[in-house]
Amino acid sequence: MAKITYIEFDGTEHVLDVKPGLTVMEGAVKNNVPGIDADCGGACACATCHVYVDDAWADRTGEKSAMEESMLDFAENVEPTSRLSCQIKVSDALDGLVVRLPENQH
Amino acid sequence: MSEAVVSDPKAKVVIVGAGHAGGSAAAFLRQYGHEGPIVMIGEEPLLPYQRPPLSKAWLKGEADADSLALKPQEWYAEANVALRLEGVATSLNRGDRTVSLASGEVISYDFLILATGARARELPIPGADLSGVLALRTAADAEALKAALGPGKRLAVVGGGYVGLEAAASARALGAEATVIERESRVLARVACETLSTFFQDYHGARGVKFELNANVEAFEGADGHVTGVRLKGGEVVACDAALVGVGAHANVELAQDAGLECAGGIVVDLEARTSDPRVFAIGDVAHRPLPLYERQFRLESVPNALEQAKQAAAAIVGRAGPAPEVPWFWSDQYDLKLQIAGLPFDADSTIVRGDVAAAKFAVFHLKGDLVQAVEAVNAPPEFMAGKQLIAKRTPVSKTKLSDPAISMKEVAA
Repeated sequence: MAKITYIEFDGTEHVLDVKPGLTVMEGAVKNNVPGIDADCGGACACATCHVYVDDAWADRTGEKSAMEESMLDFAENVEPTSRLSCQIKVSDALDGLVVRLPENQH
Repeated sequence: MSEAVVSDPKAKVVIVGAGHAGGSAAAFLRQYGHEGPIVMIGEEPLLPYQRPPLSKAWLKGEADADSLALKPQEWYAEANVALRLEGVATSLNRGDRTVSLASGEVISYDFLILATGARARELPIPGADLSGVLALRTAADAEALKAALGPGKRLAVVGGGYVGLEAAASARALGAEATVIERESRVLARVACETLSTFFQDYHGARGVKFELNANVEAFEGADGHVTGVRLKGGEVVACDAALVGVGAHANVELAQDAGLECAGGIVVDLEARTSDPRVFAIGDVAHRPLPLYERQFRLESVPNALEQAKQAAAAIVGRAGPAPEVPWFWSDQYDLKLQIAGLPFDADSTIVRGDVAAAKFAVFHLKGDLVQAVEAVNAPPEFMAGKQLIAKRTPVSKTKLSDPAISMKEVAA
């Protein structure tokens, strides 16, 4: 299990044990964390699982695919640390990961 | 005089239907702080799950039951959502505010959410009851279809819509042969423009899918109770080991209709997803809902629609502001193609193709004057994302800029 902290826009923290193999998005959705909608269920088709990943974790969360880049390009409130959480696979190496949620997903 | 119905975060909510809409309504109620009891009734033996992967990743063996489930089993106990799986709601008594189940149980409610979905349309032709004649709506349907696919197997798909094409692509990925039989002169005839139809047919054709267009299906032929072929009008038979029928769906309105709720092909609701009875909501595939962007009522079959209406109903019940209105959107994965559609081409008077169809990277914009009504994007996320925003904002666009792929979508949408 990897411990992942999801911080809602209003500061509410959810510290969850997420099974390796799931995505960071699935960890949130299956635990009903508000603020990650994931309309498309992980197909990288909607950009409603947008999160910010702290720089310290960037090398462990992997590269953005071209598809993810171009979806994020048009999402709201995008920052350099923006990721689509459906594209980040959880592994033991992500134990302790902290992701912050944007104000909204649409 | 009817009593005023007020929001109440302590009310007892009963949800009929444990699909994507019903399951999401329970989840949003709890996210929004609803404290009252929630009971969810579902006919299938499974917890709410995602249906879109059934014709895609799941069929190809790339997703399992756990990954399809919206929430794990434990969540329902923790969130105090009581489940009645394999429960069939037989009638609704709005006077007493109760739902009766086939088991004899009678469940009372303060608010009711109807999320009864839609069922696959069947073909009323000889042989439709043969084994191997399949639909694709539920996990059990998908299980049966998966068992029928594999190297050397032959799948006949009746209906060239999204479900049929996705299943054909998955069948090819599993080494099976696939023939798509379509009544119209092109696939996706009712749901996509001609450019897209031609593109998808060519793409499937190049990957070994055969097509029978302008073809009327007369009967399923069989031997020993199992389907062996699909007979077309004119006598030709498409031989197969299994036949998938994907010719649309009917909304499951019976419960609502019998209870006197207003229906029009779906259960008629307002922008809060409320039916003609203020204590009863209807969400997801079953709802005939307003589409303010297009100034009409329509029934949509999509996950984003189910989620949006689940939020509307949950917000109305707990008494918080409803979600921001959304542009309807859809997606489909076939082979290495990502199709994303935003909006509906209602009232469109022109189309613009942007990008390179031959390179499988393009978008078709449907415009009404200089307003974008809909966009169909193949491997073109910027066109989809920017198009969706243009549809929402009703910003006029320059057709000249839009048709020039050298001008970025950022600039077109600026």
